[in-house]
Amino acid sequence: MSIPSLASARKSWFARLPVVSHLRMSSGLQRGMLIAGLVLSVLFIVSALFAPLIAPFDFAQSSDMSGDFPRQSAPDDKFIWGTTVTGYDVFSRTMYGARTAIWVIIAAVLMSLFIGVLLGLISGYLGGWFDRIMVVLADAIYAFPSLLLAIVMSIVISQGQSSLWGGIMAAAISITVVFIPQYFRVVRAEVMRLKAEPFVESAQVIGSSPWRVMFTHLLRNATRTLPLIFTLNATEALLTLAGLGFLGFGIEPTAASEWGFDLNRAMSDATSGIWWTGLFPGLAIVLTVMGLTLVGESMNDLNDPRLRRFSRKKAQRITQAGVTR
Amino acid sequence: MNKKLNTDPQSNDDVLRIEDLNIDFVTDAGAVPAVRGVDLSVKPGEILAIVGESGSGKSVTARTALGILAENGASHGAVYLKGKNMLTLHGSALRAARGRDVSMIFQEPSTALNPVYTVGWQIMEGIRAHTKVSKKEAKARAIEAMRQVGIPDPEQRVDYYPHQFSGGQKQRVVIASALALKPALIVADEPTTALDVTVQAEILALLRNLRDELGTAIVIITHNMGVVADIADRVIVMNHGQVVEQAPAVELFENPQDDYTKSLLAAVPHLGRNSASEGLSERPHSQAEVLVEAKGLRVHFPGRLGAPGFTAVNAVDLKIHAGEVYGLVGESGSGKTTIGRSIAGLNKITDGSLNVLGYEMAQFKERSFKPLRKQIGFVFQDPAASFNPHLTVGECVAEPLNVHRELNPSQTRAKVASLLEAVQLPGAYADRYPHELSGGQRQRASLGRALALEPKLLIADEPTSALDVSVQAKVLDLFRELQTELGFAALFVSHDLAVVDMLASWVGVLFRGSLIEEGLGSQVLSNPQNAYTQRLIASLPVPDPREQAERRKLIEELNRA
Repeated sequence: MSIPSLASARKSWFARLPVVSHLRMSSGLQRGMLIAGLVLSVLFIVSALFAPLIAPFDFAQSSDMSGDFPRQSAPDDKFIWGTTVTGYDVFSRTMYGARTAIWVIIAAVLMSLFIGVLLGLISGYLGGWFDRIMVVLADAIYAFPSLLLAIVMSIVISQGQSSLWGGIMAAAISITVVFIPQYFRVVRAEVMRLKAEPFVESAQVIGSSPWRVMFTHLLRNATRTLPLIFTLNATEALLTLAGLGFLGFGIEPTAASEWGFDLNRAMSDATSGIWWTGLFPGLAIVLTVMGLTLVGESMNDLNDPRLRRFSRKKAQRITQAGVTR
Repeated sequence: MNKKLNTDPQSNDDVLRIEDLNIDFVTDAGAVPAVRGVDLSVKPGEILAIVGESGSGKSVTARTALGILAENGASHGAVYLKGKNMLTLHGSALRAARGRDVSMIFQEPSTALNPVYTVGWQIMEGIRAHTKVSKKEAKARAIEAMRQVGIPDPEQRVDYYPHQFSGGQKQRVVIASALALKPALIVADEPTTALDVTVQAEILALLRNLRDELGTAIVIITHNMGVVADIADRVIVMNHGQVVEQAPAVELFENPQDDYTKSLLAAVPHLGRNSASEGLSERPHSQAEVLVEAKGLRVHFPGRLGAPGFTAVNAVDLKIHAGEVYGLVGESGSGKTTIGRSIAGLNKITDGSLNVLGYEMAQFKERSFKPLRKQIGFVFQDPAASFNPHLTVGECVAEPLNVHRELNPSQTRAKVASLLEAVQLPGAYADRYPHELSGGQRQRASLGRALALEPKLLIADEPTSALDVSVQAKVLDLFRELQTELGFAALFVSHDLAVVDMLASWVGVLFRGSLIEEGLGSQVLSNPQNAYTQRLIASLPVPDPREQAERRKLIEELNRA
């Protein structure tokens, strides 16, 4: 907190952006981890954005001018990652899968973020019966295995099967329900802590209304850790989506490509030595989760000056540069 | 470097010798110098005080004696402890020196002890780490150390847990574990700052006795000039990482050489000097309107699940008249802050009556009290925490104006500018964020915010206790000026008798929730009637070694009586 009060207090807005500022203050192994995470995450985002350009075929395409695609053919020049049992190109489906994943992550995390933060703020500040009911509800949701809850939700929302947007929203809403208690808990705990801080009390003795205290004074102070939860929850959203797809509650293969569903279909292939149908969607899940986790964890460590490490080289450079003031 | 040490004949008997020590801290914004070219030495049986304000490098310097340096610190120079350079020692050699040759007493005794082990276990841990003794033998030594620091019934209490001791006794336990191996040097980092004055006097007496009996050298780090006057043989004054002056204690206080030392000493409030009630014989403003009146006020905090509650304020009667500064003093837990918070409507009262500006707080409802909040200003203890870090200083000061919708935006800006000017801050500071201001500047801005609505009553809860003395002096001067100029009534809550005496004409002394003495500041402080007040005042060390030596005799008498 006191560090920005030195020379770095006024930097361009670009240098103060969350990830950029983290990159600048990192060094050594921590920087390596952050960069590895960023590379994987960028790879994920790029393949989601440009899937139609990268992928040679559509995700649900099983034939072209030259006729039907071969089924379960090993990787070759035309199908670089091979084809599935239904004749889809694995490479194209993996690329398009990133698209579905990113939509679900954005929708799920945004919805749970807004609802969870709002409820946590009100519940933590006002307390009383509302707080008690909310905490019991949050605990009840926690008590369910999250995947089970997501399955129940997807059945309730879409009767278990659906189109592209129906599927995405069903997955997103089921994940939202699981995540709201997390945001709720974090923000509520932070608000309870901040409530006793003198700056909140000084707003109270001035005569500020509870709404003003909550939204002017508490909101921005209570949500400082959220970018971290955001990245960490994004991975969990992805895993939940893959889990739903794997269990068959996901999106129809003709409506959108989804990694979990592809993995499910690849199960029987694995025993007959067809490795490519399972390997690539699986790798996509692992690498994306790893990338997002690395970014989240690195940001978490870098935000805390006590966890931040200076590499020997950087420390030397700073000492040699001398005093900046 | 070692050669230099051996060729210097005078240095052979030094316990600690620091030569040309430089320390830098590596941060994102570049290297920050913490210590610059410090030389010092400590002889056996000597008490050396290192004084300085926050950020002067006093703690960092003293901690190198134990080879402690923060991970982002880079040091140059040499720190010889009994001839070993602590900066180059590593691993087992460093561990062997810690505890046996040098040990440390920390500021906050309640966090320095591990709550899940008995105090005896914690004292024995150090003994068994260094010497191969049986458990029984170690325990006997722990009991001996506890007896040495004056803990009654050490045989039983060796098996007590830290929470079963009071704050002062916990600090005694910390000292006992520092002493267990009879080290040549003890580094005490603000050992009494977290303690009340009466307890502080006891701990200082204990440290002095230990030196006399065991010949242990002590390096005491403090910002409190009274403590220095009480205990130190020799004093080193540090400022911005450099030693500015070094002299025997009596000489330093009577004839300071350096300008910084002079200004530091001038800023220390001295009990009985500069009193607000000087020359008064009766209560001023006693004819004026009564703003606050408490009758049999009681505030009780309920305990958790069957645990008994805590009565913070018990049957207190007091009156604050318009235009008067009422000083409320007491030690921690005496209920002084609770009274201030009750008047501001931050605490509910349990019993009795508290009338604030004609409003009965026993029937407190936020909605009906809100219009009155305009007339009450509040200054909090910690200026760093009392501002919303996401709002600029200007926005923070304008907050009361915005909440009560007094003025339009351009008038608000003008008002904020005039308020900042009134508290002697440049107008450009309105666009800065609170963390960009120093502690004293923040507290002045906080004063500006409290006065924004021109309140009739200001409640100041320890407004200067988080500040350095020189900054404190400026804030107190400002407070006094503004009070004279604007004529608001104030409740000034503080644990520091000298500060209260400077500002308040009428003083009340609280002890465990009861108001035990009330009167003109000069009378209460110079001629206290109540036995507790007498002890409290005698315990307060004054920044003058000769006068303090006499006061010490007085408190020894009081303690015997």
